[in-house]
Amino acid sequence: MRDYLFILLGTALVNNVVLARFLGLCPFMGVSNKVDSALGMGMATTFVLTLAVAVSWLVERYVLIPLDIAFLRILAFILVIAALVQFTEMFVRKASPTLYQALGIYLPLITTNCAVFGMALLNVQQPHSFLQSLLFGFGSALGFTLVMVLFAGLRERLALAEVPETFAGAPIGFIVAGLLALAFMGFVGLPVK
Amino acid sequence: MNQYRGIFTEGLWGNNVVFTQMLALCPLMAVTTTATNGLGMGLATTGVLLASNMLIAGCRNFITPDVRIPVFVLLIASLVTLADMAINAWLHELYKVLGLFIPLIVVNCAVLGRAEAFASKQPVQAAAVDGLAMGLGYTLALILIGGCREILGSATLFAHASLLLGDSFAFLETTLIPQYKGFLLMLLPPGGFLVLGFLLAGKRALERRAQQRKTRLAMNPNPAAGQTAAL
Repeated sequence: MRDYLFILLGTALVNNVVLARFLGLCPFMGVSNKVDSALGMGMATTFVLTLAVAVSWLVERYVLIPLDIAFLRILAFILVIAALVQFTEMFVRKASPTLYQALGIYLPLITTNCAVFGMALLNVQQPHSFLQSLLFGFGSALGFTLVMVLFAGLRERLALAEVPETFAGAPIGFIVAGLLALAFMGFVGLPVK
Repeated sequence: MNQYRGIFTEGLWGNNVVFTQMLALCPLMAVTTTATNGLGMGLATTGVLLASNMLIAGCRNFITPDVRIPVFVLLIASLVTLADMAINAWLHELYKVLGLFIPLIVVNCAVLGRAEAFASKQPVQAAAVDGLAMGLGYTLALILIGGCREILGSATLFAHASLLLGDSFAFLETTLIPQYKGFLLMLLPPGGFLVLGFLLAGKRALERRAQQRKTRLAMNPNPAAGQTAAL
């Protein structure tokens, strides 16, 4: 039980996808102007990331390794992710039109979110069981959502602040992200691997 | 010829992947703890970008618009697999440093972005020039950020270049301040964000100054002419 909790906390806070591993920076900078859209993007990514990590683990374990074609991993995983995103979009549209309206525009963007692909690759490099993989994906997605929402909140305040003209917009955004990363480095002290 | 020069300068600076388009940020931040890593990552990306642009421009008449995105992604993924294996075989030290970020070239928005925006509509030569220029512009950005972080963090430039890229790169290695105490923050994740923020602000300041000079010249081409006009 402790192990599982450690994986969850470790991926969400200590090795945060965005601020420590530098994955998923494009949506982090691109879709973080409003808290609402950041939350939507976070939720859509959580769904896809968790599934992608789990499915890619299955593909690695039951297809790539038995057939000895591990060199096709990149191709196989990108196909898995693209198919999952497509499938998720179709499923959400059928099952819950309201959720589809909320997530709709963010879903196709996730295919090129390197957090999804990166975490799937990182996961199979570690000796995780299926349940551990699921938690690994879910934890990192939680971390992504948390940072997205925090950063969007900061940027909403920043839009009203008086920033020197040369720094307005993207430059101050990066500097704020740097300070946020500095704050998250505090979590390194947690006794979690 | 002129047309290619336009494409080239546009890719290298005017429409720079990082400083203008703000794409491909993940590898940019993650591998630029030294200028050497930046150079290696930049060259790997340039290779993939050049090859993918040429391949896609060559195939553009056979790919129907409906399925183009999956086809592009698969083509790029195959090229990245080749690059991944090649770097692992010939530049193993570099492979160990860059690690995850070589496979991640697949989801590098810059590569797919150029495929969609340029290579799918242009002849092979133009696409090749564009891929090369965009890749070199990206390499430039990687080296700039890597260099800033390395100088501030450990006062060296291109450290371990001979180890990572081969002996012919040994001439790049320099130590700026011997016995520098080190400024760890720059090498840690926050440093990447801070350096990129300041570099973007610097670029904007330069552009504003150039703009001001241009408007001043446009309003007043030379003082003598200005005076006659005023009279």
